[in-house]
Amino acid sequence: MVQDQPLVEMIGITKRFGDVVANRDVNLQVKQGEVLGLLGENGAGKTTLMNILFGMYRPDGGNIRIGGTPVIIRNPADAIALGIGMVHQHAQVVDRHTVAENLLVGLPGKGLELDLGRVTARLAEIGRDYGLELAPNRLVGELGVGEKQRLDIVKALFRGARVLILDEPTSVLTPGQAEGLFKAIRALTADGVSVIFISHKLNEVRAITDRVVIMRRGAVVARLPNDAALTNARMAELMCGHDLKPVTGRGSPPGRPMLQARGIVPRRLAPAGRAGIDLTIAAGEIVGLAGVSGNGQVELAEAMAGVEPAVLGSIAIAGRDVERPSARSMRGLGVAYIPEDRMGAGLIGALPLATNLALPRIREAPFSRHGMLDRAAIRTFAERQIEAYDIRPPDPGIRVGLLSGGNQQKAIVARELAFDPIVLIIAQPTRGLDVAASELVHRELVRLRAKGCAVLLISDDLDEIAQLADRIVVIYEGALVYETDAERADLRAVGLAMTGGGGSGARHRSLSAVARAHGT
Amino acid sequence: MNDTAMYTPQISFEPLASASLRRRLLLPVGAVAMSLVLCSGLVMLAGTNPLNAYLIMFKAALGGKVQLTETLAKSAPMMLTGLAALVAFRARFWNIGGEGQLLAGAMLAAYVGGLSTLPAWSLIPLMVIGGFVAGGLLAIVPALLKTTFKVDDVVATLMLNFIVFFAMTALLSGPWKDSTTGWPDSPDIRSAAEFPVLLRATRLHLGVLIAVIAVAVVWLVLKRSTLGFSIDAVGANARAAHHGGMNVTRVIVTAAAISGGLAGLAGVGEVGGIHYQVMASISPGYGFSGLVVAMLARLEPVGVIPAAIFLAAITAGADEMSRQTGVPVYLADVIQGVALLSMLVALLFLDRRLRIHWRSAESKVSLP
Repeated sequence: MVQDQPLVEMIGITKRFGDVVANRDVNLQVKQGEVLGLLGENGAGKTTLMNILFGMYRPDGGNIRIGGTPVIIRNPADAIALGIGMVHQHAQVVDRHTVAENLLVGLPGKGLELDLGRVTARLAEIGRDYGLELAPNRLVGELGVGEKQRLDIVKALFRGARVLILDEPTSVLTPGQAEGLFKAIRALTADGVSVIFISHKLNEVRAITDRVVIMRRGAVVARLPNDAALTNARMAELMCGHDLKPVTGRGSPPGRPMLQARGIVPRRLAPAGRAGIDLTIAAGEIVGLAGVSGNGQVELAEAMAGVEPAVLGSIAIAGRDVERPSARSMRGLGVAYIPEDRMGAGLIGALPLATNLALPRIREAPFSRHGMLDRAAIRTFAERQIEAYDIRPPDPGIRVGLLSGGNQQKAIVARELAFDPIVLIIAQPTRGLDVAASELVHRELVRLRAKGCAVLLISDDLDEIAQLADRIVVIYEGALVYETDAERADLRAVGLAMTGGGGSGARHRSLSAVARAHGT
Repeated sequence: MNDTAMYTPQISFEPLASASLRRRLLLPVGAVAMSLVLCSGLVMLAGTNPLNAYLIMFKAALGGKVQLTETLAKSAPMMLTGLAALVAFRARFWNIGGEGQLLAGAMLAAYVGGLSTLPAWSLIPLMVIGGFVAGGLLAIVPALLKTTFKVDDVVATLMLNFIVFFAMTALLSGPWKDSTTGWPDSPDIRSAAEFPVLLRATRLHLGVLIAVIAVAVVWLVLKRSTLGFSIDAVGANARAAHHGGMNVTRVIVTAAAISGGLAGLAGVGEVGGIHYQVMASISPGYGFSGLVVAMLARLEPVGVIPAAIFLAAITAGADEMSRQTGVPVYLADVIQGVALLSMLVALLFLDRRLRIHWRSAESKVSLP
């Protein structure tokens, strides 16, 4: 193949969904052995474009060439046969199989023959060449998030991928794990593999890509080489069409304790029978809970929000002990909870935006009287919140499931903050959100802090925590292992604590198995 | 290469922003029409012109005052069991036990309607209330099993049908056996317990009115009350409803109770309005027809009325068609089944459409 000939060419790609144009005349070229950063806000059309390349959608117009030959990609199997591999944000692996067995899935095999020996040999080879080591006989369910992702990449390579699409690969990784991924990417490109790297984390984009393509509203707005002129501010500006300033700033000195958890043992972490979790958050304070996902964050949050009450320990809100915590009683006391699983645990996709916004208080006036809904009141309230939070499209009757991820998050934030909570527990508030939507959520958190709300900010994104929190605590294997004042925080020490390197990690081995078995 | 041969159809499902009113109305009609078309093959196998057979059916079911009122009377229990299925399904409680709940309501109505100690005026109200309660209690059992022990609701409700049916058979061939004829029929209810007819010289009885009122009440509850909203919320996403502070268990049990109660009312109507007693053959599977009605109605309360009348008309018309043409009467059951399947397929198109692109296949190669 000629070096200058692009390996992948997408020419004049157009894709409509009803009246919405998701991709408008998009041209994209990927050269052999390069890392192409694909940037854009949510809804800019990156994912649609990649889904077209991977055969999940058919374009309405335009065509695709691979190595100069026009091709039609009808489904992912076609894409794989053409050497295209896609690694999703969440690894597509079978937990109950071993690493080697997972690699057999979808391999062009001969009948029922399972050639595990060859798989093991090839796995060792890939591990050596690219730094993607995996033990062939480990059960995938026991792997961490980073290892599962590594498995997904190896799987694509097994199937002969020469072009790898990585969709927000670092959103589930710690800084250390991300560095490992970058090493592998460099080894792969040195070997002639091309990588399309989708990410919202601009620092990473600058660290790993050769050049970037920026999309806005379905079209490409810029193609830039990754050189000294490429700054985060410039990329952010191109992505959203205007410049943004990151929200920061510490609050005034915290007030009295609003949330006091003492000896909390969440139900799903209970069998370990260890001392529970103590955590106090004061009025006007944002506490950042850092940790690699699956270390008990969800369990702790659900226990404090009363959704899945703890088996041991007590919770006090504004100094008063809560007798029997439940989702309803905690809400009644002014505790709002925004779970990380927005569509699973937050919103009801099949129901309209308006009723979703009113859901927690729908049994109270003004939303209902004597058991009958006041639809006008619900609608008025919804219209107000839609405007305040710029939820798009501004239609109270639209099914929430049809909103984009960013607008779904805005909807749930609009709902939970509508009645001035005194305690807010918010998990992964900006995961999958674009720069503008993230900024809106961050501004809301800072505004709440100024009003004296106690905020527990749970995030995998250490930068986000460092940016907003007054105090950082680290959760590892179900225990709080590290605590620091955010202003004097050493982020490397925090990152180390997140991976159990804080010295006290080994004691909690038994807990980790429990947490992981129930992890996401 | 031949130019025309290079064009290949590409078929894909594409989501629509919303299900338009036209789609919502036309899809059930299309499903019904499709079921009649598909079944006409069977009619032809039986050696009859399908158009002729359907025309006879239509006339026999709707072609006169007596035929029309008979069909309406037959549709009443199906409206009620259809509502029963619909309320439960909206809460994702798979109540397949409508038949058993109907029988429970029928037995209670037959018992209360025969009590000589009660004042005459109280008989009908007590039959209605009692039948609702009997069916409701029967449905609460599997709902509690589901919410507390995670017992599968499909299996539990389905199996309860047999338990109730055979318990009733035992009752009919034991304590309730007709002492004069020796038939396994329960004693007749008192004449004051017989439902009045709405139209002289027909069997259009009070139960039909009750069914229509039930449609209105269920519509009001589902569409306008907090309970109805909770049922929809729990059905669509129980976890999010729980996070939102709803008591998911209570909502499921309440929906189950209403569902069972509505099926029970269907049994009350059959005893009070048609048979005036209970016998083993009191329900020709109305509880199961209700599932079809609910699906044809797309789980919308108002849709239950046309859906139930359609199924009633087919059942009512099949007898006459069979007499005149020799097509077996079981065609009615086949149409019912095919209509359900057609509707399930049609529902796929509610907010999606099929797109067929014709485009040239430049080359369908894989690279080396």
